[in-house]
Amino acid sequence: MSLIALTAEFASLVVLAAALVTTVRIVLGPGVAERAAAMDLLSVLVAAFAGLRALATGFAAYLDVAAALALVGFLATVAFARFIGRRGPRPGDDEVSRRRGGERP
Amino acid sequence: MIAEAFAAAGWVEVAASLLVLGGAAFCLVAAIGMVRFDDVFMQLHASTKAGTLGAGLIMAGAALTLEGAGAAARAAGVVAFLLITAPVSAHVIARAAYLAGARLSPRTWIDEREALEGAGPLEDGADAGDDGGEDDAPGGGARPSSKAAAANRD
Repeated sequence: MSLIALTAEFASLVVLAAALVTTVRIVLGPGVAERAAAMDLLSVLVAAFAGLRALATGFAAYLDVAAALALVGFLATVAFARFIGRRGPRPGDDEVSRRRGGERP
Repeated sequence: MIAEAFAAAGWVEVAASLLVLGGAAFCLVAAIGMVRFDDVFMQLHASTKAGTLGAGLIMAGAALTLEGAGAAARAAGVVAFLLITAPVSAHVIARAAYLAGARLSPRTWIDEREALEGAGPLEDGADAGDDGGEDDAPGGGARPSSKAAAANRD
């Protein structure tokens, strides 16, 4: 096993751990925007993971997976942001609690 | 096994391994920042900068060592695409979150957009108007005004 493949196996574990930690943010929220940002990071992490699989296995075809994931992740993020912007604040939102430290409904 | 791998490795492979390890470390740092920072805008700092750098370093390692038709070019293409899209997506999320009234960290001490709105309505005509009518009332005293904060700083 070559050095780069060993390194890639180890780095895969690190990136997987990073993806798990990012999932914590998706679960905790508390708002849609936080989840969208975490999804964006998650797509980048999975693209990096695909690159690491390319290194570990020697198949350059995994790089195409990474490229496709980066593209789809970007489009998903933009669509998500449009969705957030369209929603706007809830009619019953109190200005103070909404802006500083308050919980979002 | 590791010692043999080191003995057999050329310097290009060692350099690529270092790049990959650094990239993985940056990915982990980005994820930790995602969890530890306490509002969307700070979290976007972590994800968009550290995350892109981590993935870019990993792709640079792949470009150095992978052989095959255009593997290096494809890896470079992924890096270029990430570098182009990451700022855009972060900006789009942050803007939508701000306009939708995302919670700010209690440590936020300056909010330039609100200061502008206090001086008069700021319409964002560039955005096709699909999020109209949701801007904050001018000068709603929820946050200390940026001007006061700037004066305190001096």
